[in-house]
Amino acid sequence: MSTQTTARGRNPGARQTGSPPRRRTHHARALAVLVVPFFALFTLFYLLPIGYAVFRSFRTVEREGTFGPATEVFGGLTQYEQVFASDAFWASLGRVALFGIVQVPVMLGLALVLALLIDSPLVRGKRFYRLAFFAPYAVPGVIAAIMWGFLYSPSLSPFSAVTSNVPLLGGGMVLWAIANVVTWVYVGYNMLIIYSALQAIPGEIYEAARIDGAGQLRIAWSVKVPLVVPALVLTGVFSIIGTLQLLTEPQVFRSFTTSVSSTFTPNLVVYTTSTVPNFNLAAAFSVVLALLTFVLSFVFLRLTQRKAFQ
Amino acid sequence: MSILTRTDGYGPTTARESRGVRERPMSRLVAFVIMGAFTLYFLVPIWWLAVASTKSRGQFTSSAGLWFADFHLWDNLTFLFTYGGGVYLRWLGNAVIYAGVGALLGTLLASMCGYALAKYLFRGRDLLFNIILGGVLVPVTALALPLFLIFSAVDMTNTYWSVFLPSLVSPFGVYLARIYAAASVPDELLEAARLDGSGEVRTFFTVSVRLMAPALVTIFLFQFVTIWNNFFLPLVMLSDDRLYPVTLGLYAWNSQTNAVPELRTAVIVGAFVAIVPLILAFLGLQRFWRGGLAAGGVKA
Repeated sequence: MSTQTTARGRNPGARQTGSPPRRRTHHARALAVLVVPFFALFTLFYLLPIGYAVFRSFRTVEREGTFGPATEVFGGLTQYEQVFASDAFWASLGRVALFGIVQVPVMLGLALVLALLIDSPLVRGKRFYRLAFFAPYAVPGVIAAIMWGFLYSPSLSPFSAVTSNVPLLGGGMVLWAIANVVTWVYVGYNMLIIYSALQAIPGEIYEAARIDGAGQLRIAWSVKVPLVVPALVLTGVFSIIGTLQLLTEPQVFRSFTTSVSSTFTPNLVVYTTSTVPNFNLAAAFSVVLALLTFVLSFVFLRLTQRKAFQ
Repeated sequence: MSILTRTDGYGPTTARESRGVRERPMSRLVAFVIMGAFTLYFLVPIWWLAVASTKSRGQFTSSAGLWFADFHLWDNLTFLFTYGGGVYLRWLGNAVIYAGVGALLGTLLASMCGYALAKYLFRGRDLLFNIILGGVLVPVTALALPLFLIFSAVDMTNTYWSVFLPSLVSPFGVYLARIYAAASVPDELLEAARLDGSGEVRTFFTVSVRLMAPALVTIFLFQFVTIWNNFFLPLVMLSDDRLYPVTLGLYAWNSQTNAVPELRTAVIVGAFVAIVPLILAFLGLQRFWRGGLAAGGVKA
């Protein structure tokens, strides 16, 4: 504030003559200083790697005879033919699709209900609940997965009465065990996004609804929920992206159970292929996965926006 | 349904009033039970980790999981920090470099760029912004393998730089900085600084940065978490365990516990030591999170 008053205190008309051309050159230099560093790094570590991965996905290794020296040549769609023929890759996509169809609505529904409860006059100690629900977000995915891995294990868990009878880390359950870890970490984060959207709603709207005789549940469903749809769409897109990109939790769970294969999720397929090493095929998997992620979040945005404006 | 009529207590008739008095505690109780159950769900695992890190190896399996037994925290900490030549401390240091220094520099770069996009009209501005916005939709996991390919092309994998440099780039930070700069730095102020003879870059560092300070904290936090949680990049990039961040180190230890059982103690105490400062910092800075999240919500 003080800078503003001192700046205005000076004589404002003093240097105005002839400044436009000079100002433009000033701006050009300023733009170079302000924009170029970020954009240079963005080009080097976002655009260039993506371009290079696409390039590598069209390459293939050829050998002269069985033991001849390997040379890389343009292979057209050779790698993509392998991607489409890879049962493991499509099975992993099916697995994360099932995961997403169940976990994303459960997580966002839970986040919405908790946000509405914290926002309602029914709950005392809002600050405490906000902090308690958000705390898991401070736990990195690796550590959350290690922690829950212990909690699920039949012998080490404090709930061994349950875990020794229910095979949470077995083949049928492990996907949902992972879903629980992801939900545990992200519910509080999504709840905060929805909660800040609720806080932005002006109080008069509630007054009007209350005078019309609406109760808390009615206000929540008919007034609050429609107004936080944009926040739900945002959290939905990020959750879909996160689901398709699932890697950390299943990779950590591989130390706890044999039910998580090396091709459990699409990103694990990418990682496993790259450790073979078959970089060109891994690049092709990456490109297909990135395209699918992009298309899916785009379609989701279009669908939900149409719904929101009907 | 009872909740629906809850606010009828405000109504004029005595019948309604009495109903309101009877039902309000009921829905309060339901809300309290739900909130209590979820508080347990979110906090019990962290509580378990805290308790488990105070136990000796024998007590870990034999005593009740959710309460203290013998108090072995100091022994466990000594074991953690001395195992493998004190490599854990190194991992913590690495994590601070990658996530702390990386997010600090990244915030500076992102805020400069976002500020310029908000405050200057220049050719190609919208194109530039749209390209960066596209970058927001590219998850860091999708970039890990392409980054590995690029770094191996110049033979620079398995170095500090291979994890540090890519972490500096935060398109989401640019996006947030642009929103905040547009909202919090008035054009008249920049004009006044110009008339005073201050250069554009100097104005940014002396005037605009101060006005954008809350936004900078938010951008820093977001980027810190993104780098800290980015597991795939160091996993593919690094093979020398002295370069690991603490998450990758704990993962490596955890995958050896079947062969080296005493490492389990180190994994548990190490996990606890790694998250305590984070949880405290997160909770202390929560109002910045909410500010950033509210701005992020504008996008959709």
